[in-house]
Amino acid sequence: MEVHVQPRTRTKMFCGCAIGQLGDPPNSNVCEVCMGMPGVLPVINKAAVEACLKTALALKCEIPRHTKFDRKNYMYPDLPKGYQISQYDLPMSVNGVLELDGRQVRIRRVHLEEDTGKLIHAGDKLHKARESFVDLNRAGVPLMEIVSEPDIRSADEARDYAQALRTLLRTIGASEAEMEKGQLRAEPNISIRRYGTDDLGVKTELKNINSFRALHRAIEFEVKRQIEVVEAGGTVVQETRGWSEAEQRTFSQRSKEFAEDYRYFPEPDLPPLELDRAWIEDLRRALPELPGSRRARLISDYGLPAADAASIAADRDLADLFEAAARASGDNKRTANWVIGEVAPSGKSPTPDHLAEVVTLVATGKITRDQGREVLAESMNGGGSPSEIVAKRGLAQVSDPAAVRAAVEAVIAENPKAVQDYRAGKVRVLDFLVAQVLKRDRQIDRSLANDLLKELLS
Amino acid sequence: MSELTELTIAEAARLLRLHSISATELVTAHVEHIARVDPLVKAFLRFTPELYEKQAEEADRKLKREQGGLLTGIPVAIKDVLCVKGVETTAGSQILRGFKPPYTGTAVSRLFDEGAVMLGVTNCDEFAMGSSTENSGYFPTHNPWDLDRVPGGSSGGSAAAVAAGEAMIALGTDTGGSIRQPAAVCGVVGMKPTYGRVSRYGLIAFASSLDQIGPFARSVEDAALVLEAMAGHDPLDATSSDRPNDVRRDLDKGVKGMRLGLPREYSQVEGMEPGVNAAVREAIKALEKGGAEIVDVTLPHTDYGLAAYYIIAPAECSSNLARFDGVKYGLSVQDVDNITDMYMRARRQGFGTEVRRRIMLGTYALSSGYYDAYYLKAQKVRTLIKRDFDEAFAKCDAIVSATSPVVAFPIGSRTEDPLSMYLCDVLTLGGNLAGLPGISVPCGMSQGLPVGLQVLAPQWREDVALRVARAYEVASGVKAEVASVG
Repeated sequence: MEVHVQPRTRTKMFCGCAIGQLGDPPNSNVCEVCMGMPGVLPVINKAAVEACLKTALALKCEIPRHTKFDRKNYMYPDLPKGYQISQYDLPMSVNGVLELDGRQVRIRRVHLEEDTGKLIHAGDKLHKARESFVDLNRAGVPLMEIVSEPDIRSADEARDYAQALRTLLRTIGASEAEMEKGQLRAEPNISIRRYGTDDLGVKTELKNINSFRALHRAIEFEVKRQIEVVEAGGTVVQETRGWSEAEQRTFSQRSKEFAEDYRYFPEPDLPPLELDRAWIEDLRRALPELPGSRRARLISDYGLPAADAASIAADRDLADLFEAAARASGDNKRTANWVIGEVAPSGKSPTPDHLAEVVTLVATGKITRDQGREVLAESMNGGGSPSEIVAKRGLAQVSDPAAVRAAVEAVIAENPKAVQDYRAGKVRVLDFLVAQVLKRDRQIDRSLANDLLKELLS
Repeated sequence: MSELTELTIAEAARLLRLHSISATELVTAHVEHIARVDPLVKAFLRFTPELYEKQAEEADRKLKREQGGLLTGIPVAIKDVLCVKGVETTAGSQILRGFKPPYTGTAVSRLFDEGAVMLGVTNCDEFAMGSSTENSGYFPTHNPWDLDRVPGGSSGGSAAAVAAGEAMIALGTDTGGSIRQPAAVCGVVGMKPTYGRVSRYGLIAFASSLDQIGPFARSVEDAALVLEAMAGHDPLDATSSDRPNDVRRDLDKGVKGMRLGLPREYSQVEGMEPGVNAAVREAIKALEKGGAEIVDVTLPHTDYGLAAYYIIAPAECSSNLARFDGVKYGLSVQDVDNITDMYMRARRQGFGTEVRRRIMLGTYALSSGYYDAYYLKAQKVRTLIKRDFDEAFAKCDAIVSATSPVVAFPIGSRTEDPLSMYLCDVLTLGGNLAGLPGISVPCGMSQGLPVGLQVLAPQWREDVALRVARAYEVASGVKAEVASVG
């Protein structure tokens, strides 16, 4: 699998232009350097090198003492210099590994290069267009290319690999890695192997995949297609294939028979880099705990179930919040539930102390779970600490058994039809009755009402 | 001819400082001289009145306030490969006709910062590929000493302009000898600095690992001054160096006690003219008289240098010139069938024969299956040539030789034979392959035409090259003269 990732930098790979946003006017983030004017020279962006080295370290790659940039020569109007500055035989890093739920996917290399511009064809399709326009906003945007060894064996694994990579990149702050913004682009190379043999078949390379779902579907489609070709007595052609989201199929784009000779040679405008070992060690020391080891620690230290640990460890901010809040509340499992069920979907973040307070208020029966949700939401919107909100709104759970019983009995008396239905076996009516109890008094705990209704109606 | 067009910078600066002349008068004298002489020499492709009028006025304002810089009011000509904002810059090629850069390169803008006044853009071989300026996509330039002969190249326009008194100083670029060789055959001083001394930002690249910008002048001191004005680290050029630039520090110390190396191979090169050899021998005698010790050195891989150069330079050029595709600037063709057709037609129409030849040579040398045998092998030869110089410089402080094995040749006499043209660079291109500083100073005449003495020094030792050249200038009394034209 080849994955292109846009490292988090303020400026482009070889000039001072801002990275810009999707939807910026064409050619608004350009200068003479990224437009390939005569006479210009590239200068390496240190922040991009740093992001690449952090990624390499997180993937346990070897970082050679020397690295250099090379020119990949080909002509196309979206490539203003007529060559792309990339890395050929001395990449920034080699021989790493990404842990994937007990499996290891070996990483062949992680290197840096620059993105190309974009062509916009007036009219419909390329071959019908009367005019084509060139937008160079993307030209020169830094890209890390992460290349795996052929260790991925299914569409599921490919998706898991890409997601794990995304989590890793976000955890270490090397990239936002948002697939829909084009910050992470996966290009799987696919071949099939007859069961019981070691020989991989001819591979095809898939492009234009812009979501994890598309990645999964495209691979499934392509594997099935290749098997059909071989079983029908045909041979798979080495080629680049695109994924059509509309038709949910892959289609041939470019056959490797016409493969270009890129005439790689060392970029003479950029002296080879000697990577300072002390700098690399500083970067290594500054790396945060990586998702794999954090997941393991959430299981071992906090006793979380594997699935909960995985979903919390996938987001560094969530995991930090969980650990701090769990320490404050002393209730790991409930804190995890609040983090996964309430905080993560909200897209907001409470302070660990506030979350711990909510967990404790609900766990000790001071407020109901529903009230807890409201308090947490208000607190995340800047409404102050949960205990202040509870005091201000006069929230308190009615836990006096006599009061609860009075309310439940009243509801049973007022709803003879529902009661009759329930007794006749329509268990779902219970939810309606619970709702009636809470309507009488919102401070009654839902589970207490539920239990008492069941008891009285049995 | 006005004597204002024969001054050196030091002389002009004195008159300007004393307000004996104004910058405007100095520029006007040059413009008038150009009007008389340039129709014959054809050193300039374009003139830049919109720049020199304003810059001369600005120089006069500064001089009045005693705020002049190193080059305030000094008229300079700029080779057509150096980008100047808003000034048509074409690298001597039709493919860039009409191209006005949106920026000014570092070396030129540093001269402007020091107060230089730009007269115009000088002719050159297309994309600096050539040794006679006959490969210009516009017209050939004539040698001011004999209008039927070439001014050398590729910076022939700059050399001829300084030799004819059309400009006091000029900028050129040197990839294999393109400053030193035309300086030699036009009888002026020309210097190629150490690779990395002067920023290449704004220099339309021919061969990126060999190209350097350098000055033409009529004295060693002037050349040193111009070099100092434009040298130094540039954040826009990753190959530029931040070493100190006090290149003039030992200028007048003489050669007493210095060891000067004579490479055996350089006096035996193919096509060396006896007259050139004799003039250079005389020059070496003068240096010996000045107290230098002459030692024999050897550069055993000299023969392979030319071959290595003509792999590496075309290889880099084949990539550097890919951007001239008729899409973004310069020549563009209409009514094409498809993108390949557009590329082919624009490039076939826009590039001259020599440029196309080198693009093809370089493309071939980098192709899969040939890379190891050509490009990689040439890089290995380059390493051996660097080592040759390292070993030679262990035995001497500087290397002296002829700059060009021949004097200026008649226009048209070598155009049919590219190999004979390539041989013009045989004594200079080693300095490019090894990244060394080198200077050519006039050292007399042969057949009535100027001969140049080349001084090569170790990397970053421009001070040594300048000191030896200056010592020769003083000892011999040979001064770059302004050729009388017409």
